[in-house]
Amino acid sequence: MDLRFTPEEIAFREEVRTFFRTAIPAEIRTKVSEGRKLAREDYVTSQRILNDKGWAVPHWPVEHGGQPWSAVQRYIFMEELMQAAVPLPLQFNCFMVGPVIATFGSEEQKRRFLPRIKSLEDWWCQGFSEPGAGSDLASLKTRAVREGDHYIIDGQKTWTTLGQYADWMFCLARTDPNAKKQAGISFILIDMKSPGVTVRPIITIDGRHEVNEVFLDAVKVPVENLVGEENKGWDYAKFLLANERTGIARIGMSKERIARIKRLARTTPAGAGTMWDDIDFRSRLASVEIELKALEITQMRVVAAQATRDPTKPDPASSILKIKGSELQQATTELLLELAGPQALPALRDGAGDNDAEALFAWADAAAPVYFNHRKVSIYGGSNEIQHNVIAKAILGL
Amino acid sequence: MDFDLTDEQSLLKDTVRRWAADTYPGIEQLASARAEPLGFPKARWVELAELGLLGLPFAEEDGGFGGGPVETLVVMEALGRALAPEPYLASVILGGSAVRLAGSPAQRAALLPGLMDGTAGLAFAHSEVQARYDLNDVATAARAVDGGFRLDGRKSVVQNADAAATLVVSARTAGDRRDAAGITLFLVPVDAAGVSLIAYPTQDGGRAADVILSDVFIPADAMLGPEGEGLAIVERVTEGAIASVCAETVGLMEALHELTVEYLKTRKQFGVAIGSFQALQHQAVDMFVALEQARSMALYAAMMVEAEDAAERAVALSAAKVQINRAARFVGQTAVQLHGGIGMTMEYIGAHHFRRLAMIELMFGDTAYHQRRVTLAGGLVGIG
Repeated sequence: MDLRFTPEEIAFREEVRTFFRTAIPAEIRTKVSEGRKLAREDYVTSQRILNDKGWAVPHWPVEHGGQPWSAVQRYIFMEELMQAAVPLPLQFNCFMVGPVIATFGSEEQKRRFLPRIKSLEDWWCQGFSEPGAGSDLASLKTRAVREGDHYIIDGQKTWTTLGQYADWMFCLARTDPNAKKQAGISFILIDMKSPGVTVRPIITIDGRHEVNEVFLDAVKVPVENLVGEENKGWDYAKFLLANERTGIARIGMSKERIARIKRLARTTPAGAGTMWDDIDFRSRLASVEIELKALEITQMRVVAAQATRDPTKPDPASSILKIKGSELQQATTELLLELAGPQALPALRDGAGDNDAEALFAWADAAAPVYFNHRKVSIYGGSNEIQHNVIAKAILGL
Repeated sequence: MDFDLTDEQSLLKDTVRRWAADTYPGIEQLASARAEPLGFPKARWVELAELGLLGLPFAEEDGGFGGGPVETLVVMEALGRALAPEPYLASVILGGSAVRLAGSPAQRAALLPGLMDGTAGLAFAHSEVQARYDLNDVATAARAVDGGFRLDGRKSVVQNADAAATLVVSARTAGDRRDAAGITLFLVPVDAAGVSLIAYPTQDGGRAADVILSDVFIPADAMLGPEGEGLAIVERVTEGAIASVCAETVGLMEALHELTVEYLKTRKQFGVAIGSFQALQHQAVDMFVALEQARSMALYAAMMVEAEDAAERAVALSAAKVQINRAARFVGQTAVQLHGGIGMTMEYIGAHHFRRLAMIELMFGDTAYHQRRVTLAGGLVGIG
């Protein structure tokens, strides 16, 4: 047992850290750090820079543009990316549809889609959840009916993150209405410009437009857009969700936010000094840091175990990462909100920063939206209650 | 980065777990061991010596096996699982580490063979009642006299002092009660004139004693480490003890969690196993999550206990103790709750795990004490 990184791994950390902090524009990283809204172009710019370096999809098979890195290197890469406040490579492209097509897609699909997925020339969104199918995803009702060499798709998808920017959707639809729940579902790729696709915004509790409803009304999709075999979509979806859970703890993001809270606390006026003099506040921060350190080691244990695991099956231990990682992300946003104090209230303020004291709080208007927004992290990707069920069943045998 | 045990470490783990499971398979064996005058059977202690465990952390040149923090972690976890009452922590980890870290070759040659063969144990007599958890708070005085020192003072809750042949005693050779400088360690035979023990059982089934030192003469060559610089040694010994109880706690919680899950699967109410109820399942999962987080932090403690930088080491061990303490309380309380009435009884073994977990929280610094240390050190995450 040796919990230290090797000299090669430490050198690798330096290399990626330097790259992130010099190659990705500071204005984009500042937006990420402060929790400001990113424009479509910000995502594209950042991912293109990574892609030009060959680093947009290091976890993919090498023949499709991945890197021959170890699990530890991939872990270091993601941690450093998050700590540098670089936007994550678009999850739907790089961690979801890309690996599915690379693993189960036809040669034609790989040639056609994979290069544009990693370069973000095509923006993908996820068509899984429906109004009646959340945690119980397999109860989805969207239908795809074969007519000649097309599917006709009818249904409604929801919580479609950044669907307003999307060129394509990967969608789960029922192709065999008579099969039982998980059987009879297919994994189909839909061009968002197809007639019959309507995207309608949902404004979430942070007041922002991040997610959407997508209505599919007799959308005509060529059968060559079916991935893998018809009625096997559930298997591909499970594979995708196993991919999604890697790195779900977002430890680097929590560290980045804690570092920022510490910097801001030193300039945030409170009493006769600053919030950094408030030992109660710092104690609550330290509590989060301690639990985060434990989670960091837990994540390294899961990463180390990946070397000998079947990569197509989720490690139930990754449910711990989801539960604790989301709780800690939320805890950091609570501390940020607390740090802002009453200056968190103004949502839009003209003339803010006119005097020195107000200028110290120029960041504070984003604190509440970040806090509001992060309530999602214990809900998405399999709610924390579902993760409890996973551990109860798969690990404890209850 | 590698979390696998070496073949030798795996063998060690299997050996200690098998010994512990064979020796303490249930509550009766535990009760009869605790009923012995010293709180454990002498013959079992000799068995640990024969297995080589008492010499594990000592250098090969001193007759030991040269084991490191991971070997200690493996042993403490296995002993913790079985609630083994032998004074491994008091004698090998606490007393033994003081001699290992600060002893001259002559002192190591005089003390370690008896420790390693099980005939002459050690204990660490540092804490005093007014000190609470502050390691620098020492009132016991050592007056320089012709040929040595005379010690006066009182040490509090010294683990397994009544099983020791030699006590490692801290006393002040200079300075005021709470000064960092001026603390010196001494090797004091438990039968030296003027040493008396008030020994008692502890709440977790172990034993401890208050040690009264009345004008005890100690020859100059019984000074352990440099005069006046004992605090640094005490801190390292305590850090080693924290790493050890972190591992012991993981063993305790692992066993308690297994007992709890087994109980949920077998106990029937309303015509079904109570483990079919989601409200109870989720509590068992929360115990598991706390256990795994604690396991990670015990590994972190083992990794950091030999770090060069003293400040970094101190904050790391404090962080580990906070995490372990929180887990100990949560897992212990939840286990009792999920067992219902039977969990409240002394005839149920899980209750004894609960009691030990609760006492570990109060050893070598409680949650608030270590939380404050991490806070004042500025936390664990750099400001970037």
